[in-house]
Amino acid sequence: MKRREFLAGIAGTLALPVAAFADDEVLDPLAAKVANGAPVRKGKVKIVLPQLADNGNSVPIRITVDSPMTAADHVKSIHLYSERNPVSNMANFYLGPRAGKAEIDSRVRLAGSQKVTAVAALSDGTFWYDAAPIVVTLSACLDES
Amino acid sequence: MAARIQIPSQAKQGEVVEVRVLIQHPMETGYRHDDVGHLIKRNVIKVLSCRYNGVEVFRADLSSGIAANPYVQFYTVADKSGELEFYWIDDEGKQGSERQSIRVT
Repeated sequence: MKRREFLAGIAGTLALPVAAFADDEVLDPLAAKVANGAPVRKGKVKIVLPQLADNGNSVPIRITVDSPMTAADHVKSIHLYSERNPVSNMANFYLGPRAGKAEIDSRVRLAGSQKVTAVAALSDGTFWYDAAPIVVTLSACLDES
Repeated sequence: MAARIQIPSQAKQGEVVEVRVLIQHPMETGYRHDDVGHLIKRNVIKVLSCRYNGVEVFRADLSSGIAANPYVQFYTVADKSGELEFYWIDDEGKQGSERQSIRVT
């Protein structure tokens, strides 16, 4: 084997795991359960979450889904997941065509810096998600305060 | 359980109105200890629902992952004049409800 080929081979094997780490667009496996095996694609859903929260006990969150909200095409439900909370499924919201606008605002508790995922189930049977990273300085739930 | 619910008192038909619900509730996670070291039982609002003239337009399953004094904001289409009825129940079985009327022109 020539030195050049050998080096190219090494570079190839090294690049693989790096690429796997760089891809942070992987859906939280717990959040994927809601789709029951159906593909969950990224898009349509948008999470608005602060980048940094001083206190994880109350973090404002807004979930918006791009949908006309008509009887034929609407958002059926929105599921909110946390990566590190003891209870992963933080909340489920059930909407319908009567909502008019697929937007939910709430305040969540977060146990540490993590990625928050929102999965939306649409009336046509498709699932969409978005994830947002957040740094939490003082985490909720677990420590005694 | 005191609650503060805000909806516009009147709206045009077909208008998307904002509904804001804030309920006074500790949302005990079940992971905290009291002064003598006993675990405090989990007590969160499990279900919050909103009916518009008897038809359910919104429902939420909440958990300990929702902050104390839960706040939920959502939208609904102003359909006919009438009442929005809010109902919620916690782990201890305590129920709460609130009514707000809306005039649709």
